[in-house]
Amino acid sequence: MSARTEEENHVTDVASDTPSTGEAPVRGVQTLSMAKAINAGLREALRADEKVLLMGEDIGPLGGVFRVTEGLTAEFGERRILDTPLAESAIVGTAIGLAMRGYRPVIEIQFDGFIFPAFDQITTQLARQTVRHDGTLSMPVVIRVPYGGHIGSIEHHQESPEAYFAHTPGLRVVSPSNPHDAYWMIQEAIRSDDPVLFFEPKSRYWPKGPVDLDHAGLPLHASRVMRQGTDVTVVGHGAMIATLLQAADIAATEGRSIEVVDLRSLSPIDYGPLLESVHRTGRLVVAQEAYGNVSVGSEIAATVAERAFYSLEAPVLRVSGFDTPFPPAALETEYLPSPDRVLEAVDRALAY
Amino acid sequence: MAAREREFTAPTVQLLTHEGELRPSPEAEAYLPLVEALHDAELQRFYRDMAVSRRIDVAGANLQRQGQLALWVPSHGQEAAQVGSAHAARPQDHLFPSYREHIVGMIRGLDLVRVLALLRGATLGGWNPEENGNFHLYTLVLASQTLHATGYAMGLQFDGATATGDPETDAAVLVYYGDGSTSQGDANEALVFASSYQTPQVFFIQNNQWAISVPVARQSRSPLSLRGGGFGMPGIRVDGNDVLASYAVTRQSLEEARAGDGPSLIEAVTYRMGAHTTADDPTKYRTDDEVAYWEARDPITRYRTWLEGRGASASFFADVEAEANDIAADLRRRALELQAPTREAIFEHVYSEPHPLMVEQAAWLENFETSFENPEGGAA
Repeated sequence: MSARTEEENHVTDVASDTPSTGEAPVRGVQTLSMAKAINAGLREALRADEKVLLMGEDIGPLGGVFRVTEGLTAEFGERRILDTPLAESAIVGTAIGLAMRGYRPVIEIQFDGFIFPAFDQITTQLARQTVRHDGTLSMPVVIRVPYGGHIGSIEHHQESPEAYFAHTPGLRVVSPSNPHDAYWMIQEAIRSDDPVLFFEPKSRYWPKGPVDLDHAGLPLHASRVMRQGTDVTVVGHGAMIATLLQAADIAATEGRSIEVVDLRSLSPIDYGPLLESVHRTGRLVVAQEAYGNVSVGSEIAATVAERAFYSLEAPVLRVSGFDTPFPPAALETEYLPSPDRVLEAVDRALAY
Repeated sequence: MAAREREFTAPTVQLLTHEGELRPSPEAEAYLPLVEALHDAELQRFYRDMAVSRRIDVAGANLQRQGQLALWVPSHGQEAAQVGSAHAARPQDHLFPSYREHIVGMIRGLDLVRVLALLRGATLGGWNPEENGNFHLYTLVLASQTLHATGYAMGLQFDGATATGDPETDAAVLVYYGDGSTSQGDANEALVFASSYQTPQVFFIQNNQWAISVPVARQSRSPLSLRGGGFGMPGIRVDGNDVLASYAVTRQSLEEARAGDGPSLIEAVTYRMGAHTTADDPTKYRTDDEVAYWEARDPITRYRTWLEGRGASASFFADVEAEANDIAADLRRRALELQAPTREAIFEHVYSEPHPLMVEQAAWLENFETSFENPEGGAA
């Protein structure tokens, strides 16, 4: 099928041909939801390093409101899976203290819109401890943030606040779009000695996909071409990748070939594959659920215009959430970028 | 129905009276043995440290007025609270300061030229806590450090580095903040977490009566020590201008923390005799009478009176004065020698691991700056 991704190709090859090179037994490819894949990744990280511990609200016996930490208290105990008091700033602030003591805390913020009580600790403290300590102190803290719309929920439960953190020096910001990446990226984020904001597209928690448990693939901050095409490049991250792949499918039926790039990392951004793609297609559409004004998409548009000016046949176009509060859920399908809105931008790009 | 009582009071632990007599208040009786166990050398060290602190304040303010520091943060008036509490800590303890506890750092082994480097704009931090008596970095966002301290104390607990029954190795955390900071959410969240996890920790509030220009009554209608009970931990109010009481109360609370009995909160009632910082003008918001009231309660004068009554010699005080002058002069000399960091420092250590923006921007700036030094080369 034309929408087949590189990842699926990779997984198929690995499953059929590639022998394991390490001593660990081959665990093969499993079909998992992203929620289960992150759960499995957290379990691996907790087993691999006793300094890893989880902190958050309702993450203990309940397993978190999205059940991402389900079963972990039973395996690792209350000392490593901390059901904390209900205070986001304190969760991040005490995680900083624990990291000073050599721990590697992995925090769950229950919903995107509830990260803001911790904004000060994240931006003025967590992000700056290493530079303040002249590099003698690392800050291996991961903050998991279920984010984004498409779930029909109430206010503060469907937001995309990633740009605030991508704007902040000292932080790393990533977002997987599929179960395989989620499984490996959460483990790499936990191994990072820098603070990592790990944005989990909650609308993608449940769809299942192949997870190769033996082969990680790309580094944490690498972007990737998810589907090859020749006419227009579309780029996004997180849940937007599913929308972009749908748009590419539709476009294919209309005889247009769209290349889909998954950023995977928002800070730093790996521009290599994106620029290489734009050099070939000459057109770029950036899509994101977040507000467009002063967004990650704005940064990409500016950077690509600077670095690929002579390759561009059209201005870089953005498809974003509107610059309003996320509306009542009854209106979310009109608010969120859809395949049709992406294709409208593709049409405009091609019209130049 | 009669109006309910809306006045809240708390007894104050005081060992030394304002006049310098050792006459414990009823609440202080239990602490007397801790003070009686102090040797003369330790008692003299308390005096010496307070005198050094006050002398350094003069040097710091002068450096600022002469344009050598962006800011100086004085401790004048708060010496007893700081010196007493600092000496209550054991070497294995971790101390999280706010940004006014210079003498606490010095007692823990920090070279105060590092603080001057911070205030001179040469660094964002200045020292490695692990190599400086576990004296952590100053934190300028008020009360942020209360949470870091609490997390660190949780880590001590998880590591089994406390509550083993060995006071020589069991560790605790002492965190400093002020009356203004008590209104911050973080300060309150820290008390929640500390109580919830029963951390080995002492919260030490220096109530110096003023948060820049706002009096403590605006932060709290009741003694701050009463907040301890609301969070499920002892709250003790101590005369923060009494170095012996400040020492004893902190010592006792830290020993309880190390023994696994949980956190405590101490309110040290003191007074900021000078400005908040050199950027402040306290004559705009407080009266001369108020300052005179606290001048009569000066922590150093009263302690000196007591030491003299115990037979301390004039030469001891003269020696301390000379030593304080030497320390201040040495700090001043070395502060003036501090060099600005090189431009690479802008990018170094922002991340622990390599980051492409740091590499690109450092290279760009280097090229840009050197293009002026060598115009023939030109910028890329």
